[in-house]
Amino acid sequence: MANVSVKNIRKTYPNGTEAVMPCNFDIADGELVVLVGPSGCGKSTLLRMVAGLEDITDGELQIGDRVVNDLDPAERDIAMVFQNYALYPHMSVYKNMAYGLKNRGTSKEDIDHKVREASAMLNLDDYLDRRPSQLSGGQRQRVAMGRAIVRDPALFLFDEPLSNLDAKLRNQMRIEIRNLQRRLGVTAMYVTHDQVEAMTMADRIFVLNAGRIEQVGTPSEIYRTPASTFVASFMGAPPMNLLPATYNGNGSVHLNGETSLKVDAPKDHIGDIQLGIRPEEVKLATGKSATPFKLELIEELGASRLLHGKLAGHDFTVNAPNNDAPLADNLMLDIPSDALHMFDHETGKRL
Amino acid sequence: MTDTTSTTPRAKKRFRWSAVFDHSILILGSLFMLLPVFLALTTSSHDNVEIQREGLKFWFGSDIDENFGNAMFEKGGFTKTVTGMTMLMNSFILGIGFAIGKIILSMMAAYAIVYFRFRFATFAFWMIFTTILLPLEVRILPSYEVIQSIGLTNSYTGLIVPLLASATGTFFFRQFFLSVPEELVEAARIDGAGPVKFFIDILVPLSQTMIAAIFIIMFVYGWNQYLWPTLITTDEGLFTLVRGIRQIIQAYAEGSEIPEYGQAMALALIAMLPPVAIVIFFQSWFVKGLVESDK
Repeated sequence: MANVSVKNIRKTYPNGTEAVMPCNFDIADGELVVLVGPSGCGKSTLLRMVAGLEDITDGELQIGDRVVNDLDPAERDIAMVFQNYALYPHMSVYKNMAYGLKNRGTSKEDIDHKVREASAMLNLDDYLDRRPSQLSGGQRQRVAMGRAIVRDPALFLFDEPLSNLDAKLRNQMRIEIRNLQRRLGVTAMYVTHDQVEAMTMADRIFVLNAGRIEQVGTPSEIYRTPASTFVASFMGAPPMNLLPATYNGNGSVHLNGETSLKVDAPKDHIGDIQLGIRPEEVKLATGKSATPFKLELIEELGASRLLHGKLAGHDFTVNAPNNDAPLADNLMLDIPSDALHMFDHETGKRL
Repeated sequence: MTDTTSTTPRAKKRFRWSAVFDHSILILGSLFMLLPVFLALTTSSHDNVEIQREGLKFWFGSDIDENFGNAMFEKGGFTKTVTGMTMLMNSFILGIGFAIGKIILSMMAAYAIVYFRFRFATFAFWMIFTTILLPLEVRILPSYEVIQSIGLTNSYTGLIVPLLASATGTFFFRQFFLSVPEELVEAARIDGAGPVKFFIDILVPLSQTMIAAIFIIMFVYGWNQYLWPTLITTDEGLFTLVRGIRQIIQAYAEGSEIPEYGQAMALALIAMLPPVAIVIFFQSWFVKGLVESDK
C-alpha cells in the first residue's frame, strides 16, 4: 500500500509525438483514481508509464517512497489487469495466479496459501484446475484480478478491464472490482473510456484530452462544475448541451439575439460565450417566463425519455421524466439559472 | 410436434451421380499412387534371380521373410559390416537430429527477431528469408569444402549441422510469435519473467502445435536427404537407409553379381514406414499447428 506521486512526467515518442504532456499529480494511499478520456488521449500511455511498460521521457515517478523511473515492471511492486485479460493460455487458473509468485521465489506453501485465499475471495475455487479457454469472460476477468491480488502489490493498475465484457456483466464486475479494492485498501489507477465506469467507481477522476489532464476532481465535482467544454460534453450521458451565446454583463445571456436567460452570478466576461446546460436539469414548463423548445424526436429510455429538438435554432436535448403524456411539437422549458454553465468562446475554459 | 418433424430433409437427400463420379476419381487416384508401393511389396517377396529374369512381380512369392530378414540383419555393403538396422539407426539420428536442431535454431532466431528491438532486425529477417533462394543443392560445393576443411566428414555432426539453418522454420515461428498478443508479453514482464523465462515458460508451451508441425516436416525432409549424406559420408557405418538402397542396386552397375532386388525393395518399404507413421500419429497436431494458433 502506498501513495503515488508524479512530478512533471511526460512522454514523447521518437517521431516527436507528445503522447503525454508534462503533468503532476498525487494519489493518496488506498485511493481509486480513474483516468478517463477518448481514445488516443494518452490515458493508457500514462498508465503504462506507471507500470513500467513504456519509458518515461522526462519527470519523476514515485510509488511509495521509491523513485521507480528506472525499475523493471516486476520490481515496481505493482499489478496490472489488462483489457483482454492476458492470461497464459497453457496454464491452469492456479498456475496463472502462481506464476508471478514463483518467479519471485516465494515458497510453495506461501504460494498455495495466497492463491487459495484469492480464489476464495473471487469465487474461483471450483475452477483452479481449468484452463482460461474453459472459462467465461467474467471468470477470466476474475482470474486476472486474482493474479493481481496474490502479488499483494502497492498499486493496482487497470487498463480498460471491463471493455471485453457484455453490458450486464460489466455492471456486476464494476461493483466487484470496487468492493475488492476497498476491502484490500490498495491504491489503484483505472483507465477507461466509459464515463459511466469513471463516475461510478472513482474516488477521483482525471479527465484527459490530447495528452493533457483537463480536470481532476471527485465525480460530483466533475459533473457539477466541468472545467471546460470538453469535460462538459464528455462526462454525462446524454452529454451537456452546448450553445453559442452572448453575455451582456448585466446578468442575462442571449441566445440568437432574441431568447435570453437569467444568470445567477454575474461574470466579468462580456461578449461571445458558450453556454452549457445539462439535459436533466431542464424541466418542462408552461409559464410565460419559460423558453420555447421545438420538439423533433423522442427517445424512450423507460424511466425517462430524451426529447431532441431545437432551442433558439440550436440542437438541444432534454431529459424528461417519463409520464407517458403525449407531447406537443412546441414545448416550453424551464431552465433554472443555476443550471447554466458558461465557457469561454475560444478556449472552452469555464468562466 | 409428431411425425412431421422426424422426416427431416436429410432423409429426402437424393442419390447423386456426381458423388459417385467424384469418388471414383479419388479412388482411382489413390490406387494409382498406391500401386508402386504394392509392387514393391510383392516384388520383395521373390528371390533375386527370379526378379532379374522376369522383372517386377504382381503377386506375392515365397521369399518375403527371407528378403526382409536379410535386408535388416545381414551384414552387407562393401565392407560387410553394415546391417539394415545400422542404417535405420543412422536415418533416425539424421531425421530426429535434423528436425530438433532446426526447431531449436529457427525458434531462437525468430524469438530474437520478433521480441528484441535491435538495429537491423528487419534486415536480419530478410537476410534469413532470402536464404530460401539458396537451398543446399546450390551451395553444396562450398558447404562440402567447409565441412571437409574442418574435418567433419564421416561424422554425425557433419551430416546434420550444415543442414540446420532454416529460413522456412524461422519464418513459420516468426509469424506465430507475431500472433501472440502483446499483452501476454507485458503480463509476463510484470510477473517478473525475464527473456529466458518468458521463452521457456510461455512461448515454448504456446508453440507446441507449431513445433509438432515443423517437426514432422523437418523429420521427413531430413529422413529423405540423399545428396548431402552421399557427399559427406564414405564410412559405411554412417550410411542412411535411403543411401543404402542405392548401394544395393549399385552392385548391378558394377556387374559382378546379381543385384539384391528383393532386399532393395524391402529396404525401400522399411524406409517408407517411419515418415508415414509420424505423419499418421501427428496428423491432428500437424493440421492444428499450421491452421490455427492455439490461443
